[in-house]
Amino acid sequence: MKTVTRAPSGALERDTARARPAEQTRPGWRTGLAGAMKRYGPYAEAALGAVTAIGMLLTIWAALVYAPTDLIEGPVQRIFYIHVPMAWLAYLAFFLVAAASVMYLITRDDRWDWFARANAEIGAVFTTFVLITGSLWGKSFWGAWWVWDARLTTTLILWFIYVVYLVVRSFWGRTAQGARNAAVYGILAFFVVPINYEAVTWWRTLHPSEVLPLGGTPQLPPAMVIALLLSLGAFTLLFAFLLLQVYRLERAQATVERLRAQLEEE
Amino acid sequence: MSAPTTAIRSVSPARWSAPRQSETPGDTGAQPDETTADDEYQRDQSPQAIVVERLTKVFDARPVLRGVSFSLGQGRTLALLGPNGAGKSTLLRILATLSRPTGGRVIVMGHDLAREANAARWAIGYLGHQTGLYGELTARENLLFFARMYGLRDGAKRADALLARVGLRARANDHVGKFSRGQAQRLALARGMLHDPAVLLLDEPDTGLDEDALALLSELLDERTRQGQTTLFTTHQLARGLAQSHQTLVLLRGRVAYDGPSAALDLAAVCDLYGGEA
Amino acid sequence: MRLAWGQLWAIVGKDLRLELRTRQVWMSMGVFALLALLIFSFAFDLRVENKAAVGPGALWVAFIFASMLGLGRNIAAEQERGPMDRLLLCPVDRTVIYLAKVIGNVIFIGVVEAVALPVFAALYDLPIITGLIVLITLLGTIGIAAVGVIFSALAANTRAREFLLPLLVFPIIIPVVLGSVRATEALVNPIHGDPPWLGLIIAFDIICLSVSAILFQFVVEE
Repeated sequence: MKTVTRAPSGALERDTARARPAEQTRPGWRTGLAGAMKRYGPYAEAALGAVTAIGMLLTIWAALVYAPTDLIEGPVQRIFYIHVPMAWLAYLAFFLVAAASVMYLITRDDRWDWFARANAEIGAVFTTFVLITGSLWGKSFWGAWWVWDARLTTTLILWFIYVVYLVVRSFWGRTAQGARNAAVYGILAFFVVPINYEAVTWWRTLHPSEVLPLGGTPQLPPAMVIALLLSLGAFTLLFAFLLLQVYRLERAQATVERLRAQLEEE
Repeated sequence: MSAPTTAIRSVSPARWSAPRQSETPGDTGAQPDETTADDEYQRDQSPQAIVVERLTKVFDARPVLRGVSFSLGQGRTLALLGPNGAGKSTLLRILATLSRPTGGRVIVMGHDLAREANAARWAIGYLGHQTGLYGELTARENLLFFARMYGLRDGAKRADALLARVGLRARANDHVGKFSRGQAQRLALARGMLHDPAVLLLDEPDTGLDEDALALLSELLDERTRQGQTTLFTTHQLARGLAQSHQTLVLLRGRVAYDGPSAALDLAAVCDLYGGEA
Repeated sequence: MRLAWGQLWAIVGKDLRLELRTRQVWMSMGVFALLALLIFSFAFDLRVENKAAVGPGALWVAFIFASMLGLGRNIAAEQERGPMDRLLLCPVDRTVIYLAKVIGNVIFIGVVEAVALPVFAALYDLPIITGLIVLITLLGTIGIAAVGVIFSALAANTRAREFLLPLLVFPIIIPVVLGSVRATEALVNPIHGDPPWLGLIIAFDIICLSVSAILFQFVVEE
């Protein structure tokens, strides 16, 4: 059944993920990297998981024991070792969604779409935690769960954008059209967020200012800075680890759909 | 490139080199004068209007076209046959620049669709399953709008001439929404030919047409052949399709099952081919 | 370039002609905007002291909700008989289609706003009919249309389009809402040292128009 002349189209059927004929994929560092990933991937992943776990334990210790108690805010200030790294990573994920969406529209390679979607899912979870930890802190320090502060409001808008992104994606299903639409939404939303931030800042501002002024003298005691950097590192590792897992889940779901389509074909 | 692709599955190749019919069976429309038994099938001697190379299209993990290659010379008419779901409409939409191929190359009138889609659109006329007309506009307004979209200088003159040609002069100022299916299809044909495209793509143009309109359709196709223009159409009326074309392409499940002169193919063989698959 | 210009106005002219012929969208948008203003005056029980604070907000919410009706309808009408194919077949830059649809929708929404504004000024007894309100309304409407056209095209090629459109649009147009409401408020109650809200809306319009103009092709093409 399988002949030499049919090989290219047969290869294509198997590898629809790349969405291009097999002959166009040039051998090079890409395939080398893929091979290395296949061989050493599981070990690297286990190592990443282990380092993440150690980092998280260290962060708990640093945040609860090592860092000194804030004189004004009291023990509740320690929540910021979770709050700040998660907020940064939520914004990073948002940027990665937009960047991966641009790449998807250019290459039409499904892997970029999976990456964008994985980032959106983790970004949504992180943003949720940012809002929860923020309002816990706010209840203690400002005396209210929620205030209409610029950065809070921007984060809330960001959360809505993530949620809408995920809701419409579930509506659109795993289709090429849906992936393109979501990419367009992700890119446009990314460009609007700075204007959003500016608008809300003019509207009102209450939030504590930058905790790590770059180039200037830190306002925080060194121990707090170390604890913050440690937790930032640990959370970044956690982010990478989760990203890898969700990405693989996306890929597996896409494979299932492809196999189902092939089954229906036969 | 040199030999016609005849990737035949589950049918012995010998079937297709069966003696040519001296008369095309089931003749309903007017027969183009060129389509005679001794019409030579010479794909390499005339300039190519359409060249398709290893075209693939995957719709959401569902392969629709699996490596289609063929070419069509200028001034020729091609009948695209195949059972439902063979990929005919998808192929036509790709040729019409409405759908982007997953892989492979498509060149229409010298323009590579991947790079020069807008340049190719000047040379392409397309009529799909939907008529692509605005129901709230009159027949004439519809044509005038599309004339402006193509920047035609003599848009009004061309619109009137075409309305007369498709027999809708009396209804030029009626709203298209009130047209019957046959009338709308006539107007859609006029819209597709408004900018005098070198390549006309018709997706089942004969559905819903009465005898008069069918005669008009085959007249128009003959006219195009005489003017050296190229036409590609799909149809479920196999006999008519064979009679009306120089070249026939049969698609089965996204692959080319037959590519060759229409005159060399007889109705029973096509039916057999359909039966072998569907 | 001249061809593109001709195509742009051909599409705008065609859309206006279609709308003038049925008038359904204009009628429903206009009635909806007026109804919304009426509902707001009940909901907030407008008294002398709070109408200046609530009025501009009510006005813009009415405008935005009415715009959603019109935007969804306009693109749906284009896709009624075949998904936008008839426009895509023409040798026209996709950016031109997008800009034409934005211009058309700004005109549609603008007509509704021109009717609703005097009614609003009378109902709420606010002195807002000045030259500046025209500029604010125009800039705000361009922002709404710039986002609304690309997202209604995006929602139109999938199921549940009417349902999805506001969901997609609202989180994105928050700067326009904030800017227009504040700028309108400043007309009623001039505040010294107010930030340049109009500048913000202009920045939003420019960014959204240019990014969407590039992205539009990916929405409409397969």
